[in-house]
Amino acid sequence: MSPRRILQLGVVVLVLVYPLLAGNSPVYGRLGALVLLAAIGASAWNIVGGYAGQVSVGHAVFFGVGAYSAVVVYTHLGWPPIAGAPLGMAISVGIAAVIGVPTLRLSGHYFSMATIAVAELVRVLSSTSDFLGGAQGLSGPPVPRSVLDLSFISATPYYYIFLAVLVFLLGLTRWIEGARMGFYLRAIKDSERAARSLGVSAGRYKLYAYMLSAAFTALAGSLYLTMFGFIDPESGFGILISVKMLVMAALGGAGQLFGPLVGALILVPLEELSNSLLGGRGAGLTFVVYGAIIVIIARFLPSGLLSLFERRPARRDRAKSAPVAGHAD
Amino acid sequence: MSMTLLQVVVSGLLLGAVYALFSSGLTLIWGMMNVVNFAHGDFVMLGMYTAVVIWTALGGGPWASVPVAAILIATLGVVSYFLLVRHIMKGPMLAQILGTFGLALFLRYAAFWTFGANFRTLPDTLVGHSFVLAGIRFEGSRLLAGVVGLGVTLLLHVILTRTAIGSRMLAVSEDATAAQLMGIRPQRMQALAWALAGAATGIAGALIATFFYTSPTVGETLAIVAFVTVSFGGFGSVLGALVAGLIIGVVESLSAYLIGPVYKDVIVYVLFVLVLWFRPQGLMGKA
Repeated sequence: MSPRRILQLGVVVLVLVYPLLAGNSPVYGRLGALVLLAAIGASAWNIVGGYAGQVSVGHAVFFGVGAYSAVVVYTHLGWPPIAGAPLGMAISVGIAAVIGVPTLRLSGHYFSMATIAVAELVRVLSSTSDFLGGAQGLSGPPVPRSVLDLSFISATPYYYIFLAVLVFLLGLTRWIEGARMGFYLRAIKDSERAARSLGVSAGRYKLYAYMLSAAFTALAGSLYLTMFGFIDPESGFGILISVKMLVMAALGGAGQLFGPLVGALILVPLEELSNSLLGGRGAGLTFVVYGAIIVIIARFLPSGLLSLFERRPARRDRAKSAPVAGHAD
Repeated sequence: MSMTLLQVVVSGLLLGAVYALFSSGLTLIWGMMNVVNFAHGDFVMLGMYTAVVIWTALGGGPWASVPVAAILIATLGVVSYFLLVRHIMKGPMLAQILGTFGLALFLRYAAFWTFGANFRTLPDTLVGHSFVLAGIRFEGSRLLAGVVGLGVTLLLHVILTRTAIGSRMLAVSEDATAAQLMGIRPQRMQALAWALAGAATGIAGALIATFFYTSPTVGETLAIVAFVTVSFGGFGSVLGALVAGLIIGVVESLSAYLIGPVYKDVIVYVLFVLVLWFRPQGLMGKA
């Protein structure tokens, strides 16, 4: 076996036995599950934001719809929350179509702005809706009625559920990478005009990527609800939810299979530990550092951390060091 | 039109002028170099803290804080341009969002660390008492903010469209290489755009602080209003931002009066989504 193979095998084993290593420590057990959940959201975002290059800053819409669907089927129908996941995914795909059809025709930033605005609209609407519990939000089952409620004290079951979903999502993404759609998306990202001139119906494939991404983000939202058992407008639809998905994917490497996971592995522990260790004004200082790290990465490693491990091109692109560039696209 | 309705429209217009002012910096940068500054709201927030600090430390009103905030935020804009934006604007769009968002976090929590999380408000009477004119009640602080907002936004529009320096800036935004061949220094023009946008944003912040609470996270709320105003008005158009700001201000106060305060944001966002669907490039944008 090559060293590379051994390393890969080691990582797989480590991921599988992590909850055993974390042992009884509730902090580290929880941390593992949280990293995986964040990685699901960021990997879902990556399909449209990374592969298709359409930067959504409003994915909280889908996350929130997923979480609220789960809690609504419990509150109003008495079903296990996870039964709301398919509903949330279906609604999210519908919303993605409604936002995507007009805005994906336009150049980059419009789509970003539109996604922010729609997320805000939904957040404000949800806080005025009694059906959704208004500004107070809604809670899932206080005590598990059956195992179907997916309500556990230990974080270990969540860890393995999230791991299974993440593996499925990454497998699907990997498959798309090699399929026709993957080639089309890369072509569109490189130059939409060139892709169109070669007969790729760019709008349709961007929309497909957006809808697929929306569905899995909604699933992440439903899973979040099963673990936390509570959702309110801010934790479901807040702009920080959207931004975190984007930042994690971009930090690791957007448009790369493992980029979002790498980003989640760095940012989630950083945030959790600073929350528990510092708190108060100290937490402010942590976010100052967090912001500075993000700025430095954007400035010096615009393609994310994983680009460090790529083989470098033999010659740096001269045009990049020219004093002036025009429009970015 | 009944007097109350007129009152509501006038307050809406004054609010809208301020919206236009703090959105104009965002749209100027977007139009000039196709960069969306996600730290824009936090620039406004720092302008607001400038006013708070000048009042608490020196007892100065907006006459002192508006120019100081303009200079400070303009400097911040130029520094951000040279240290960060100049480099990331050539990269992928995601790196731009990441870079300016990192800057936003940095500024927001630096303010949190320095000033604490408490909401600060300036005294109501700082800009003079409210008065009644032709049956309409004006609050001093809002009147000042609205009038200055309208003036500065129009001035920015005039600078961009009617002056030589504005033509040079537009030339750089059209085609930087061609502009360079005509003897224009693109970096200088872009830095100037950041200075102008920063000044407008600082003025807006110092004025908003006279009637709105100041906190480290207030920029997030304001940035969303600015994003909506700018997309509504259209890509890079200062005049578009002005019209959109006024429309949003009036729609907000009318819907708060006619339907209820809770729904004012809903109506604005619904309006925005409708514009998006039927005229996605915004009121005055080019597709």
